[in-house]
Amino acid sequence: MSVPRFWRKQPQRYNIIGTKCETCGSHFYPPRTICPQCRRDGKIVDHKFRGTGKVVTFSIIRTASEPYDYEAPFPIAIIELDEGTRMTAPVVCDLDEMEIGMPVQATFRKIVADGDSGMIVYGTKFVPVK
Amino acid sequence: MREVAVIGVGLTTFGEKWDTSFRQMCVEAGVKALEDANVDGNQIDEMFVGNMSGGRFVLQEHISALIADAVGLASTRHIPSTRTEAACASGGLAFRQAYTSVASGMSDIVIAAGVEKMTDVDGGVTTDALAGAADREWEGIYGVTFPSLYAMIARDYMHRYGLTREQLAQVAVKNHYNGARNPIAQFRKEITIDTVLKSTLVADPIRLMDCSPVTDGAAAVILCPLERAKEFTDSPVQILTSTQATDTIALHDRRDISTLDATVAAGNRAFKMAKLERKDIDLVEVHDCFTIAELCAIEDLGFCEKGKAGIMTEEGETALGGRLPVNPSGGLKACGHPVGATGIKQVCEVVEQLRGEAAGRQVDGAEIGMTHNVGGSGATVVTNILRRVN
Repeated sequence: MSVPRFWRKQPQRYNIIGTKCETCGSHFYPPRTICPQCRRDGKIVDHKFRGTGKVVTFSIIRTASEPYDYEAPFPIAIIELDEGTRMTAPVVCDLDEMEIGMPVQATFRKIVADGDSGMIVYGTKFVPVK
Repeated sequence: MREVAVIGVGLTTFGEKWDTSFRQMCVEAGVKALEDANVDGNQIDEMFVGNMSGGRFVLQEHISALIADAVGLASTRHIPSTRTEAACASGGLAFRQAYTSVASGMSDIVIAAGVEKMTDVDGGVTTDALAGAADREWEGIYGVTFPSLYAMIARDYMHRYGLTREQLAQVAVKNHYNGARNPIAQFRKEITIDTVLKSTLVADPIRLMDCSPVTDGAAAVILCPLERAKEFTDSPVQILTSTQATDTIALHDRRDISTLDATVAAGNRAFKMAKLERKDIDLVEVHDCFTIAELCAIEDLGFCEKGKAGIMTEEGETALGGRLPVNPSGGLKACGHPVGATGIKQVCEVVEQLRGEAAGRQVDGAEIGMTHNVGGSGATVVTNILRRVN
């Protein structure tokens, strides 16, 4: 992903800042600019998520695409945040620790690097709540 | 709206076609369809070409003009040609656009094709290009691959409905049995449940033999108004409906991880428009990009209750000779999955079945068939219902 394409969503990626519709109360992460329920009646404002949630479903990626292959095998999951919205993110833990329903919390980690000398992308991964 | 018929179909063989180029494949399928329809190229009014990622796979965009040019209809007749793209449902979109073009009266004789050349790049590029069918900024950025998305569906499904690993494997076994009987199939080889269970893990719980392969291939069909069909062929096939639906691009935003709501929506619209019941369908070609996808498709199209497609498959109901043969072509799993061509190939298979020309894998007495084509993890779905004209 190019530098500006990543950079423009840095606050959202680093700090789990999504959005909320003040009309119906729905939370959105990844952020949405239009509420699918309220559409033009919706009022979208930024919302900082707590970063806690649980694993809804997961897989262990063993055959990865470049440039993620150096990290394989790694767990990937759909996380339901406590505010009710769902997101996709890697989980940092032993492979056999992964299970549906596992409580997790967000952590700031390196996501991927563009080769040895390219941009390093940071963002949100999850770890089990101990 | 005019009634529309399919009057000709054409397919290349599916596989790793290192000796055949992108445009050659599309020309071959198109010429075969024209010959089958007994139509001259000069009679074609309009063209639609389904293609997912010429830009990534062969560094070629502007597919619409490229193919019109290659078949000799650009410099001579300057026909309108349009490329459609909805990831693995690109072919389905081309078919539906061709259908609406004829149904509306805009064009009379229309060709709908699909093509994908996937083996001119190495595997890492292919995997990454396919990942573009998901949300690049919120799924792809974390290294999500397509097998891992369907693996997350499979995990959720197994957890909730008690599907066994063996039942899932049976989908691949059944589709390889059918593919072994299809002369264009990429894998013409039967396998056992053991073959699937011993294959490499790609993204737990999905193994290599749960996955459709990387494939080169092309397919084409010729459409015309039903009232003119008999001018060209003794065995036209009527298009009863062609429906399309969308859902969220990202899997995590779906209402239910294991249900493709776009399949439910497109299927419900199709049965309503065609005024048919589920039991009226004699065979269905569904989008089994992964084994779990076939089970979801059978359920979400309404052919059985949610959670029961595994048992239905295990008991042979979806096999040739069963209550509802699913993927007699071998499906994406065994016939192969050249992503842009798949939606058209499914129509070709149903047409051959309805004409009684699917030797070796023929569904006896088939009169009504259905196709189901999915883009991404379920963000686009196209379904078609076709009927033999007696």
